[in-house]
Order: sequence, then structure tokens, then C-alpha cells
Amino acid sequence: MESETGIVTIRNVTKSYRRGSQVVPVLEDISFGIRSGEFLALMGPSGSGKSTLLNLIAGIDKVDSGSISIGGCEITTLSDSELAGWRAVNVGFVFQFYNLIPVLTAYENVELPLLLTRLTRRERREHVEAALDIVSLSDRMDHRPSQLSGGQQQRVAIARAVVTDPAILVADEPTGDLDRVSAGEILSLMDHLVRDFQKTIIMVTHDPRAAEKAHVIRHLEKGLLTDG
Amino acid sequence: MARRMTTVLTASGMALVVFVFAATLMLTDGLQKTLVATGSSDNVIVIRKGSQSEVQSGVERLQANIVEIQPEIATGSDSRRLLAKELVVLINLPKRGSNKPANVVIRGTGTASLTLRHQVRLIEGRMPRPGSAEIMAGASIARRFKGAGIGEHLRFGMRDWTVVGIFDAGTTGFNSEIWGDVDQLMQAFRRPVYSSVLFRLADSDSFEKFKERIESDPRLTLEAKREPRYYLDQSEAMSKFLGILGMTLTVIFSLGAIIGAMITMYATVANRVAEIGTLRALGFQRSSILAAFLSEALLLGLIGGLAGVFCASFMQLITISTMNWQTFSELAFSFRLTAATILKSIGFSLLMGLAGGLVPAVRAGQMSIVDALRES
Repeated sequence: MESETGIVTIRNVTKSYRRGSQVVPVLEDISFGIRSGEFLALMGPSGSGKSTLLNLIAGIDKVDSGSISIGGCEITTLSDSELAGWRAVNVGFVFQFYNLIPVLTAYENVELPLLLTRLTRRERREHVEAALDIVSLSDRMDHRPSQLSGGQQQRVAIARAVVTDPAILVADEPTGDLDRVSAGEILSLMDHLVRDFQKTIIMVTHDPRAAEKAHVIRHLEKGLLTDG
Repeated sequence: MARRMTTVLTASGMALVVFVFAATLMLTDGLQKTLVATGSSDNVIVIRKGSQSEVQSGVERLQANIVEIQPEIATGSDSRRLLAKELVVLINLPKRGSNKPANVVIRGTGTASLTLRHQVRLIEGRMPRPGSAEIMAGASIARRFKGAGIGEHLRFGMRDWTVVGIFDAGTTGFNSEIWGDVDQLMQAFRRPVYSSVLFRLADSDSFEKFKERIESDPRLTLEAKREPRYYLDQSEAMSKFLGILGMTLTVIFSLGAIIGAMITMYATVANRVAEIGTLRALGFQRSSILAAFLSEALLLGLIGGLAGVFCASFMQLITISTMNWQTFSELAFSFRLTAATILKSIGFSLLMGLAGGLVPAVRAGQMSIVDALRES
């Protein structure tokens, strides 16, 4: 069974939202697995449930039923507080609109997740500099987000996502707000992270060009996996 | 820009409340210090039993003579007893400039009166001669009342009085008095009795013994108080009134400031929904978000508090005069900033920040990550 393999194992996951008195099903009986070091693209029309599935895998939302195991940890059984601690160590986030803190510099933004660790100031500096080096922004570490282009901001966000060296990166439309050139750069960078740093990336996208970079493409429609 | 302006306005609102709060405490402190500093702990004042102040008191000459021969009374360098039989009368004098009349205390003094009050010193002119229609005025009176300056004349008690000296009594209530010879003043005002007898104790510990003897003597209807206690009792009613008035204003203003802080903090939370969602996704706990917003609210309160206390500190430059309701006389005193007032004011402003920031901070902490990221 496919769901038995790899770093992420999703079994019979169901999720619905309540809108007033109405229950709107979003995901229905989803099961699949993701191998370690895989670059997976989740595609589908708006409202198909792909972002919800990504949120469930990232541990920022909870399933109604079913289970999600990541790296051997059954995250669906964790409490809110345990999930927060788990995310800090195991997941890196890349958002469509970068979600950088506007009053902090690129360096400080990248340093944020490290504040939750026991690293010393000096160790944090080493990690941040290494992360900014990976995204080729070492020369912009003192710039605030407003002083950077969209592509550069997304690179800072990727540096923030990898600075704690998590096994999984989740990216929700990472190229959705970028021009074609910048989008290409971001996708190349993600490819680089998979190939050279063995990261597992799960990316939600509408863009077929972005999906082309992925090793595996999964399609969702009306809450159901259509390819398998 | 709008967020910065809202924050500045909120901090200013808090500063205003803290200013009122601190000013009230400073006013009460200043009043108490003025009245309490008026007394010296070695001095004992004897007044008629049941009277709250010298103005209401009457000590017959015979009774004053009995007090004078008590063994606890100290002797001065001239071998005379350090005791003064005094008269206190209220008169009405017009103020300089406005010509508005206000009550002034006229104190009939004896030769020991000045020695008994170490805070009082002559700063201009000379002492009035005993048996003459000469007077000296406190610096505050000389400055604010018509005809009370040196060389000027005042008319009261159907006589003309010449101001031959100005005395300074520091921050004490004597600054708001006019002093003259007690016998001359008793004649002028047709008063057969003294208002009080003031003396210094030879031994400060002998007060209780003296008090017991005086108050149990069937010939006397007098009571004895140490001077600071006497003046503290006098300040009580006014301090209470000022305190209640000030605190009422503070409470009303602070409600406005708390609502202002709450609006600002709600706006801050609303503006930072994306940041909250991001930080929570990165692994920050609910409690960290709550603490961050509470800290911000407290910082807002602290800034307001410091600004309010800073502004209030300038009130120390102001001397105000008001009616002392115990003596019905004009009393001048200054605002006084103490460490306790600073601490209370800052504590109060932190409390306002906390009250305003708590609900928005809890809301920020409770926010669902998915909703926060979706809203952004």
C-alpha cells in the first residue's frame, strides 16, 4: 500500500468545515504517502481542498478523522502545545505572500524560528548566515522586507523555512505572487534544496509550470484524490 | 503611519490620566508636608478641649498661667520659659491685583514665639517692637496681599498697623500669617482670652505625663497635642477632599484611557493577524503571543506613565493657595513629587495598560492559525 511508504503517511483523512448550521466536506478519505526527499506538487481547482491538506500535513489544522504520521510521529494525536513544538523542529513554511515580519530585517526574520531553540546567539548567527547563503542573500541580511523585491522576500522566507534544518518544507503557492523570472528562481532554489539538502517539499500550486519541477504531482478535486 | 499615530495618541491619553493622578497625590503630599512641617515634635500646643484648631479655641489667662508653671517646659538661654501665649484671629484682606478679599491669619505672638519656631526667620526689615502697632508678614502674604509689603500699612482691629518685617517660614503654613504683639492684638480685637499656649518640652519623653496632668486637672478644660499631630489633624479634611476629588477625576479619565488602549491594542492585533498566524505556524506557543501583546500594552502604559510623571514634575514649580477649612485661612503650598508618588503613578499606568491590553492579547493568543493566515 502506497500510504505505508516514506516520511509522510496519510491514512483515511477526512476534514470538513462548519458554515453556520451547514457542514461542508473538504477532504474525504484521503490516503497516500510521500517519500523522503520527494518534491510533491498538490494541484487542483480552488476549493478542491489542497491547502487544507497542506495545513493538516503541516500540523496547523486538525483532521476530523484519519491519521497523519510524519517521520514516525503521529501528529493527529498531539495537543496544540505539542504540535507547536513539533512544527518548530520538523516543518518549514513558505507562504504565497512571504509572511515576513515587516519591522524586522532579513537576518532577524530568518533568526525567528531559532529563538525557540536552545542555541546561543553565536550559534544562531552561524545558522542564519548559512541559510541566507543558501538563498544567495548574504549581502541583504540588514535589509527590511520593504527594501527587497518580491523574489528576494520569498528567498528570505525560504531561508527562514530551512534555518532549523527541518525534514519537511510546506509551500502554499510559493510563486503565486511572483513574475515569471522570480518564480523560476524560487523553483530552482526549491529543486536545489531537494537535490542537495535532501529536503521533502510539499507544494500547493495552480501553476502547471511550477508543478513541472516536482517529482510527483497529486491532483485533488472536490476533496478527493483523482490520481490514485 | 496611522498605527503610529494611534499609538502616540493612546500613550498621550494615558499620560494625561497619569498626570492627573500624580498631580492629585502631589497636591495631597504638598498640603500635608506644608501643614505637618509647620510643627516641631518637641513643641506642644495647648488648646481648649474639643476645638479642632486655634481659631475655635479659647484659653483663659488663668488657665494659661497654670500651664506656664508646669515643670516639663524648657527654659531658654535667657532663663525664661520657652512658652508663648498666642492669639489667632482671622481677618479679611484684599489681594494684590485682583483686589479680591481672602482670609488671613493674624497671630498674636510673645517673645518666645520666634524661638519656638525654628523654621521661621526674618528675611527683611526687623522684628515688631512689643507694645507697638507693628507687625511682620509671612513672605507669601507680603507678596500676595495689598498693604502687606514692608513699610506698608494694614488696617484691622480698628487700628493701623505698620509692616516692619518680612519673615520666611520655608514651606510651612506660617508663611501665610501675619504676626504682631499678642497683647496689642488682644486689645485691638477685644479678645479676653488667648487662642493657644505653645511651649517646648525640656524632655521630649515627658509629653504623656504633661498631657495626662493637664487633661485631668479639674480647673482646666484644655487638651495638649504635639505640634506635628495638631497640624496633621488639620490637614486631614482637606487632604481627604483633594484625594476624593482627584481620584474621581482619575477614575473617569482612566476609563477613557483604558478604552483607548483597548482600541489601540485591538487595532494592533487586527493589523498583525498575518504576523500572529506566521509566528504560530513557526512554532510559537499561544502563551508567547499572549505575552508579546501584553508586553506591548504594558510598554504603552509605561511610556504613558513616564510621560505623565515627567509632565507632573513641573507642577512642583507651582505654588497654589487655598482656603484651609480647619482654620478658614489662606494657605499656600506647593505640589510635591515623592518616590512613592512616582511608583504609584507608574504602577497605575501599567495597570491601565494591562486592563486595556488583556482582552485583545487573549484574542490574539486564541486565534486559529489557519484563520489568521487566511485573513492575512
